Amino acid sequence: MREREDQLKSLLLRGLAGEGAAYEAFLRELGAILRAFLRGRLARVPDEVEDLVQETLIAVHNQRHTYDAGQPVTAWAHAIARYKMIDFLRRRSIREAVQEPLEDDADFLASSDEEAREARRDLAVLLDRLPDRHRLPIVLMKLEGLSVAEAAKRTGMSESAVKVGVHRGLKALAALIRK
Amino acid sequence: MQTDKLISMLATNAEPVAPGAVRRRLAVVLVAGGAGAFVLMLAWLGIRPDLAEAAREPMFWVKLALPAALLVTALVAAARLARPGVRTGHAAEALLVPVGAIWALAAASLASVPGEQRMALLLGDTWASCPFNIAALSVPAFLAAFWAMRGLAPTRPAAAGAFSGLLAGAVGATAYCLHCPEMAPPFLGTWYLLGMAIPAAAGAIAGPRLLRW
Repeated sequence: MREREDQLKSLLLRGLAGEGAAYEAFLRELGAILRAFLRGRLARVPDEVEDLVQETLIAVHNQRHTYDAGQPVTAWAHAIARYKMIDFLRRRSIREAVQEPLEDDADFLASSDEEAREARRDLAVLLDRLPDRHRLPIVLMKLEGLSVAEAAKRTGMSESAVKVGVHRGLKALAALIRK
Repeated sequence: MQTDKLISMLATNAEPVAPGAVRRRLAVVLVAGGAGAFVLMLAWLGIRPDLAEAAREPMFWVKLALPAALLVTALVAAARLARPGVRTGHAAEALLVPVGAIWALAAASLASVPGEQRMALLLGDTWASCPFNIAALSVPAFLAAFWAMRGLAPTRPAAAGAFSGLLAGAVGATAYCLHCPEMAPPFLGTWYLLGMAIPAAAGAIAGPRLLRW
């Protein structure tokens, strides 16, 4: 467990420093952990597990600046996963399910599941609903992989507007999911 | 969109993240909220004319220490509540230290005067306006604290809102100390605390609504 924590932490810290490959590896590992965690707790709604895995990954990404290097990644990610799960259950008015307040952080890492199921909600559809100032920067920079300069040139937006568009756009996407 | 594709999307061109986001945002709350409260106090209420003399009395500093101690406690609690997976420790219990201290002083001060003077110590001259003034001076810091929290990740929104509100109340009360002529512990232990409790309660109510992410 200790090793897993150290490995995740090192991937996340390198990712936060700007190493894209390490960050991607972190999200992949975390995605598998989240899937196992949520699948174990949302047995009554198995079809929605993948949606919640995706929503939680977006939340982790959008709030990644709140991670502090002095803190175990496990505790941080576990708290986000619990928050998102409780929020999901409230939204669905599923009341009984959540009742493990003393759950250990170590259990969070105990299993992972790499076998993604089909998500029911298509994020691509939600992405299309964002206004252009958010959608275009995300499509160009995050899906097509263009640089800020190229994305700015293609859209006629300034470089800082493109960066802000990506940032706010992903937050707006998270807000659309919550509806 | 498949989860794999979402992960590549999130990781592609992800900007490096500078550490210290919580600290930076809370610093903005103190600077903007403190400046806002001070300017509002100057323009609306004015500094008490005898401030230089009052500052020579120990009680003036005791009075200032009450909101200052609550400010520090609320700041520490807010910084912890802003981050997922960080325990708040004994933030709520820590509030009892300054509150208990001012109540002990209040009890001693009430015991030291004859019964008919006790109401005067409790009500002072300004009890009716004091809590309202403190709550009003806390508005700039309240707005700043909610802005800060909305950009962070509180997983307990009611508690995060309450401590954000208390932080704002303590900023407002600190500024109000420079205007307010009251010096009696029973007054401070009642009306100052009530003034700070108003934004704290407002924060607890607003938190679950405004701090979702």
